[in-house]
Amino acid sequence: MSSGIISAAYIAASILFILSLGGLSNQESAQRGNLFGIAGMALAIGATLIGSTPVSYTLVIALMAVGGAAGGFVAARVEMTAMPQLVAMLHSFVGLAAVLVGFASYLDPAGHFIGAEKTIHDVEIFIGILIGAITLTGSVAAFGKLQGILTSRPVLIPGRHILNLAVATACAWLGYCFVGADSINGGIWPLLAMTILALIFGIHMVLAIGGADMPVVISMLNSYSGWAAAATGFMLANDLLIVTGALVGSSGAILSYIMCRAMNRRFISVILGGFGTPKASSGTIETGGETVAVSANETAELLTSAKTVVIVPGYGMAVAHAQHPVSELVDALKTRGVTARFAIHPVAGRMPGHMNVLLAEAKVPYDSVLEMDEINGDLPTTDVVLVIGANDIVNPAAQEVPDSPIAGMPVLEVWKAATTIVLKRSMATGYAGVDNPLFYRENTRMLFGDAKQSISEVLSAL
Amino acid sequence: MIIGIPTESALGEKRVAIAPETIPRIIGLGFGVQIQSGAGEAAGFTDNDYLAGGATVAGSKEALWDTSDIIVKIRAPEQASSSQVSAEIALLNDAKTLICLIGPGQNPLLLELLSSAGVTTLAMDAVPRISRAQKLDTLSSMANIAGYRAVIEAANHFGRFFTGQITAAGKIPPAKVLVIGAGVAGLAAIGAASAMGAIVRAFDTRPEVKEQVESMGAEFLMLDFKEDGSGQGGYAKIMSEEFIAAEMQLFSEQAREVDIIITTALIPGKPAPKLIVADTARAMKVGSVIVDLAAEQGGNCELTRPGEAALIDGITVIGYTDFPSRMAAQSSLLYGNNVTHLLADLSPEKDGQINVDMDDEVIRGMTVVKDAKITWPPPPPRVSAVPKAPPANGAESSAHLEGAPKKSTAQTLIALAAVVGLVLGLGVVAPPSFMGHFTVFVLAIFVGWQVVWNVTPALHTPLMSVTNAISGIIVIGALLQMGSDSRIVMFLAALALLVASINVFGGFWVTQRMLRMFRRES
Repeated sequence: MSSGIISAAYIAASILFILSLGGLSNQESAQRGNLFGIAGMALAIGATLIGSTPVSYTLVIALMAVGGAAGGFVAARVEMTAMPQLVAMLHSFVGLAAVLVGFASYLDPAGHFIGAEKTIHDVEIFIGILIGAITLTGSVAAFGKLQGILTSRPVLIPGRHILNLAVATACAWLGYCFVGADSINGGIWPLLAMTILALIFGIHMVLAIGGADMPVVISMLNSYSGWAAAATGFMLANDLLIVTGALVGSSGAILSYIMCRAMNRRFISVILGGFGTPKASSGTIETGGETVAVSANETAELLTSAKTVVIVPGYGMAVAHAQHPVSELVDALKTRGVTARFAIHPVAGRMPGHMNVLLAEAKVPYDSVLEMDEINGDLPTTDVVLVIGANDIVNPAAQEVPDSPIAGMPVLEVWKAATTIVLKRSMATGYAGVDNPLFYRENTRMLFGDAKQSISEVLSAL
Repeated sequence: MIIGIPTESALGEKRVAIAPETIPRIIGLGFGVQIQSGAGEAAGFTDNDYLAGGATVAGSKEALWDTSDIIVKIRAPEQASSSQVSAEIALLNDAKTLICLIGPGQNPLLLELLSSAGVTTLAMDAVPRISRAQKLDTLSSMANIAGYRAVIEAANHFGRFFTGQITAAGKIPPAKVLVIGAGVAGLAAIGAASAMGAIVRAFDTRPEVKEQVESMGAEFLMLDFKEDGSGQGGYAKIMSEEFIAAEMQLFSEQAREVDIIITTALIPGKPAPKLIVADTARAMKVGSVIVDLAAEQGGNCELTRPGEAALIDGITVIGYTDFPSRMAAQSSLLYGNNVTHLLADLSPEKDGQINVDMDDEVIRGMTVVKDAKITWPPPPPRVSAVPKAPPANGAESSAHLEGAPKKSTAQTLIALAAVVGLVLGLGVVAPPSFMGHFTVFVLAIFVGWQVVWNVTPALHTPLMSVTNAISGIIVIGALLQMGSDSRIVMFLAALALLVASINVFGGFWVTQRMLRMFRRES
């Protein structure tokens, strides 16, 4: 088959990928978008298989079948609360593939370049492997944190900024050695050394970032996996890889930006890590005061006597797997004529859109799930707000205490509602280590206990 | 430091600044407390009560004012000397701190006197209207008492039951009460009146208080008129003429029906609006009662005579200006609690020393004289660090918050120039084939940027998983290398193919699974 047709197939695949992302602009077209993506991928793989001759088709198909079966198995089984982990794991695979392809490309005797082309090719390989390796271990560390294997608190090594700087300098020097090397044997050692350094750097970087900054980390790794694919595309002079990598890379970058904005933090300060450690919380202001605890029965009474109810879920709902009882609660309220809606803060949960997926899984219709900007205006006229396992995203200190660590962070203004009921396990502070004055408000009630159990009790009291 | 509590000198003032119950808490903050002998008598507290709380008793007015570092009282210090005792203002000097009601807006002369004497002065009636300061807000405390007392006074002058009853002797209809203005006092009046069994209606120009009114057990009277009366800081503002006409019409209709009208309408810094004109008041049934809580600012009712209860054509119009003083024990306790919260804020170390910290928004707001300078009015409160978000505007909206200062245009230009320079430099050294790919790369980033901003935030998780799947496109790279002769290359490519396949299949599959779950109502 001529290379022209393959190029045409690649162009078609690129367009299908763009349509696939475009389809996600609303829920109705989203499934179609995903099918476009699948079609694009099938087209790309098919054209490549026909166009280039692998040593053995059987081997290729067997490998893809094994990999596909493994991926399908995990995808079909994964719980929606574990989506962040799955996504982190998938990122690490892209990173690993980029590293492997990079090495293969370097070792491939077929690739002969001279002069400027060789230099550029070497730089592409170097960068591709660098990004791939950081993505690989960074994602593995993120997976560990999300799965609870590693502590979700920031792990801070003394002098970590200097350490990072040293690693970066070393990588630059190794890159210089690598590009300067005139034989494969001369170049492989700097390349391997850099890979090891990048692997360590990936782990170190993510370990220093705390649990609730995970939405940023996941988006960032998403972005990196795209850049890794794009670098691979440069290395192999393949436009399809470049286009796809750039799409994914910019998508992840936008998500990181949205997440940072939703926390009013700078990307660089998130990446440098260390937020939420005792040192950072020294600026907290003593709020103190009395909290008013309520029972499940009283909560049920408050909910049934309300006309409008807004539910604000946070990571605590995911941890307690409370989305199904919450959905039942909403159904029960709706049959009693209560208008019940959900309010989602952009950084609720551990990845962008996490809460929306959990609620969708629990069969909550997406038109009753609203974004922060859509619902904030309605909160003052809301009778009861139910905050389930959220803390910093409903903290009035963000607006009222200018020197609070979270000052300026956009928050859900739940305190403006007539009554706010906060479901919480204890009085512990949120991720940012900031005390939440919401709990001491006159119109705030606290329902202590495990979210799932509490909601079930409220349900039975209804 | 020693806190001194003098006897209130104003005529008819029964309150005292601190009740005995509160003394131990102040002592717990490290202060010493002394009280002028007999200061609490009118409120029903004896010197012994204060002694039991840990305070000392000063025999004379002069002794108390001389030996105290902080004077806590209710009314502003008297300015003119009366007969043999010295004027309170003359007993103050630059070593003392004064905490009391000042009315800084209405009493510029008093502020002058205090500043020339160098007295650090905190006005209890200048508490900023922010949540953190609610515990200090003595105006609210007093308004609450006034609202309650207004109902009690009304009941006292009303010759019937409030609650409806069916007795052996016959049926008694419940009293109907109209409360105008649903601020703190109005809500307290609503609560008290409905607790006594009356049918309560309430009116306010601010529609957002409807739910508060209803939660207290009253019916909220709506005016069929589109105008929002919410002003700054939770107070009401002056309404348009048409609105006022419609409002008057409503009141005159209601006056024929209700037995008791309680008016609480105040606009900060303005005379009270005349809401109940003489005709409206005379339209009420004989035996009805009007309680005018705005009497001190001229009254909401034209018939009001400030300071007294008058019987006019069979209708009692109560214009007392001292409702809190009429419940002196309760008022003193609440006032003292407010002051104690202030003292706690002033003395964070609990060492009995005060620090008038002008960086603290609440203390700054209340401090009207410091270092012999008038510091009133305070700068406008920092209500929130977040400016009101402009209407959603894609990328730019609300990105520029305080703490994340907007980059200057110069910086942006420099960055842009650097990028252009870099690309040009690359163009000089790189071969054309690379530049071709680079063009594709840059264009793809722009396309991605445009497309992804349109993705609804609800689908961000599927977005991540689908981008995951398509970044599995790296299989293409692995597939191309599968044709290599080199064993090691083959091996690496095979491994890459395996893991990337997991991505492709897993990513698309899980995306599809998620997207299927999103459904509309029914």
